[in-house]
Amino acid sequence: MKTIKYLSILLTSGLLFFSCSDDDNGGNPAPVNEEEVITTLNITLTPSGGGTAVTFSYQDLDADGPNPPVVSAPDLAGNTTYNATIEVLNETESPAEDITAEVQAEDDEHQFIFEIGGSVASATATDTDGDGNPVGLSFDLVTNTAGAGTLTVTLRHEPTKPNDGTLTGAGGETDIAAPFTFTIN
Amino acid sequence: MKKFLFITFYIFTGYMSFSQDCESILLGSVIDYHDKTPLKRAIIQTLDGSKRVISDTNGKFKIYGLCDATYTFEISHPECSTVLLNIDVSGKTEIEIKLEHHLEELEEVEVVGEVLFDQTNSAQEATLNTKKLEKFSAATLGDALKQISGVSSLNTGANIVKPAIHGLNGSRVLILNDGVRMQDMEWGDEHAPNIDVNSAGSVTVVKGASALQYGGDAIGGVIVLAKNHIFKSDTLFGKTIVNGVFNGRGGSINSELTKSFEKGWFVTGQASYRRLGDQEAPDYILSNTGVKEFGGSVHFGKNALEWGWDANYTYYDAEIAILRASHIGNVDDLIRSINSGEPLVIRDFTYDLGNPRQKVRHHLGKLKFYKRFEGLGKWDLQYDFQSNRRFEFDVRRGERSDRASIDLELTTHTISSNFKWDANKKLNLHVGLLGRYQDNFANPDTGVRRLIPDYEKYDLGGFTIAEYRLGQNWVLDGGFRYDFTQIDAKKFYRISRWEERGYDEDFQDLVIEDRSDIGQLLVNPVFDYHNYSTTLGAQFSKDNTGSFRFNYALSQRAPNPAELFSDGLHHSAARIELGDLRLQSETSHKIALTETRDFRNWGFTVEPYANFINNFIILEPTGVEFTIRGAFPVWSYRQTNARLLGVDISSFINWNDFVSTNHQFALVKGKDLDLDIPLINIPSANFGNSISYKKPKWNNFQVNLRSNYVFRQNEFPANIEVFSPDGAVDVVLEINTPPPAYHLLGLDSQLEFSLGGKTNLTTSLTINNILNTNYREYLNRQRYFADDLGTNIILQLKINY
Repeated sequence: MKTIKYLSILLTSGLLFFSCSDDDNGGNPAPVNEEEVITTLNITLTPSGGGTAVTFSYQDLDADGPNPPVVSAPDLAGNTTYNATIEVLNETESPAEDITAEVQAEDDEHQFIFEIGGSVASATATDTDGDGNPVGLSFDLVTNTAGAGTLTVTLRHEPTKPNDGTLTGAGGETDIAAPFTFTIN
Repeated sequence: MKKFLFITFYIFTGYMSFSQDCESILLGSVIDYHDKTPLKRAIIQTLDGSKRVISDTNGKFKIYGLCDATYTFEISHPECSTVLLNIDVSGKTEIEIKLEHHLEELEEVEVVGEVLFDQTNSAQEATLNTKKLEKFSAATLGDALKQISGVSSLNTGANIVKPAIHGLNGSRVLILNDGVRMQDMEWGDEHAPNIDVNSAGSVTVVKGASALQYGGDAIGGVIVLAKNHIFKSDTLFGKTIVNGVFNGRGGSINSELTKSFEKGWFVTGQASYRRLGDQEAPDYILSNTGVKEFGGSVHFGKNALEWGWDANYTYYDAEIAILRASHIGNVDDLIRSINSGEPLVIRDFTYDLGNPRQKVRHHLGKLKFYKRFEGLGKWDLQYDFQSNRRFEFDVRRGERSDRASIDLELTTHTISSNFKWDANKKLNLHVGLLGRYQDNFANPDTGVRRLIPDYEKYDLGGFTIAEYRLGQNWVLDGGFRYDFTQIDAKKFYRISRWEERGYDEDFQDLVIEDRSDIGQLLVNPVFDYHNYSTTLGAQFSKDNTGSFRFNYALSQRAPNPAELFSDGLHHSAARIELGDLRLQSETSHKIALTETRDFRNWGFTVEPYANFINNFIILEPTGVEFTIRGAFPVWSYRQTNARLLGVDISSFINWNDFVSTNHQFALVKGKDLDLDIPLINIPSANFGNSISYKKPKWNNFQVNLRSNYVFRQNEFPANIEVFSPDGAVDVVLEINTPPPAYHLLGLDSQLEFSLGGKTNLTTSLTINNILNTNYREYLNRQRYFADDLGTNIILQLKINY
């Protein structure tokens, strides 16, 4: 008899416990404000002799979501030197957050590496960090005669500095890897 | 040699039994209930004193020349109260006497087959006692458990060691810490149990789901940590262990103190601290692999014969740095790491814990009450509370490195009650009920999308286990358990992901808030799971030298939050992990056999098993997605039918009074039956041998040389092909290729000194990887980036007082 009494106490306490814990269904969680995401890389290429600027862009609005990045790379002119500047954005926020400033502020921990192919003659950083090492937020791109061209822009976080300007030499982690293919007229 | 000993044994015992008038024999062993160590020097005598024997160093005794009758034996031992036992002797009779140090159980000294003393009657089990655990005082629980054949681990470096039983880990392995099921986010590959190995008195591993009293979903097995004994007397005792660790240039200290009273009151306190800097591989420093760990517990209560209660509070806090070179940006970085052969970041030694690192904190509180009903059994009621907080810090841009990328808080309340009917000598019953509420909170202030969403989870379970003694030789067991689980989550999905998964067709009704403005949906999945588990088994023991066990277990496990909801980029693995809302419970059928032979000078255990798992939840590469960071392999959860076949073998030989050897072998093979391919992350076969020399006269001198050969895992799923933006070509990502076989040597030695009175000093020296061998282990997630640890020397001083 005593046993049954104890067992019933147990059951009741179990029920009480469950009935009082189910009441905080109220608030919904807030969405996370993703601060560090990079969605967009814009390169503005201005011919050094003057002329209309061309803009390349590499945009991935859903970040690590399933949609692939959207690439835009209009034609360039042959035998031309372009003064290029890079803009990095987080467009998941509205208005878009400018990550360029963050890279600028930590320029000793960042470096853009440029890899070229086809009719591109060279792509060379024109800015430096406090230690005199290249950063790459601005660079000069020189084209050869007409043909197909490729440019891959890679942003490395915490690279080895100074380095030989190659991906292997730079090390660190990839924050952006944006390949462009375009036509040189 | 073995055969010879075997035959000699039988001839000898046979001869003896025919040389008496009354020719019955009583064979027995006296063991400690808690840690299963043999109790030597126990005196077993008949009341008239005509027969009197003393148990040997293995706790064994034999009494010859008894008649077929009921004898009353008195069993006494220096550390236990004297007990009287009625034993029916008939022919060759065996008994196993388990002496219970615990105050609450002092009156329970029972004959073999007495139900529920082991965790299970017929499943495969192994136990590490305090002495074996103390060796790992400066290591982790996972390291200690690897001493058991069939137990391996999934590592993230040397500090995050996740135990695996028969090839299965994570949510498939339950961990019971002093009767409380650990709720410490066991779902992640890089989440180790939040337990300080120093807080346990003994650890038992049940290799399978047969311990239904603890849960029905232990498809891999159960790890049961029990507290140390507390003696019933007015005493004060304790111990302190200090370790110096060469590799990592640090050490640890652990201290514990117990005060007990004649009336049954007791209080125990324990605390430990461990600190290591960067550890070293043979050729380089493993930058950012330090650790800082603190553990403490307080346990107090009162135990009387009729009733008692105890309260326990355990705290665990660890900060673990993760190899800097293992943090990578995209698949090209991973390819670079794999090809490089050595870590891409090697810095000077430091004690600093940099990013990436994780910080975990676990509070566990328990309150338990029991009452014994005369002639019926024992009832207990337990409430426990756990709070688990996990921070993961990543290498981040801006000023965010001190802000966690993952910040989860898991709170669990459990109430449970059991009743054991143990008054009947032949049939014993154990029934129980459990209710659990769990809340997970994912802090949105991280600035990183939640990997695991906010959720609430409810569990209700009930079980019955019966054990029946059939004749002299058989004990049968059977059990049934039902568990209800409801998970109620609130999660933001990216609209693009929601549609890519096809959830907009199957689960659109779960959407509770449309946040198209930020490209997301808030979704409220509420899923119910009904799980059933059953076990059936038998133990046969014919003579004193061994037993045969058969066990079948059916178990079901509901998918965990990671399997259901994962959704995002996993930096350390350079992969996108995707959960699946459509996952169902997995169902395992496991058959296990155990053959144990234990003679005076040698013995062995052979444990073959087969585990068939329907709807086995597996995480595997399924494709590639491109982001602005580059290409990432996508790993998705999928369900398949799987089969695990394996065998664990262990044996010992005492060559003479001084020299003994131990031998262990474990093999497991895993197969995906639907696709006819090997399963991923199955431990490779390993073969361990050791030779020990003991000389008690020289201050209990012991030295032990260990050899461990780990075969290469030759059965693994195919590597995947990914597009490499660097080279603008498809390349094979050798993510599944296992490292070569390796062989490690180790040495342990020990001396004991008496410091007068009750005070004892034990000094020991342990050397791991003596030859400084370069190796990588298949089940270490950092094998892509760096070699495993080089030589490590651990100097330990232990004072018992």
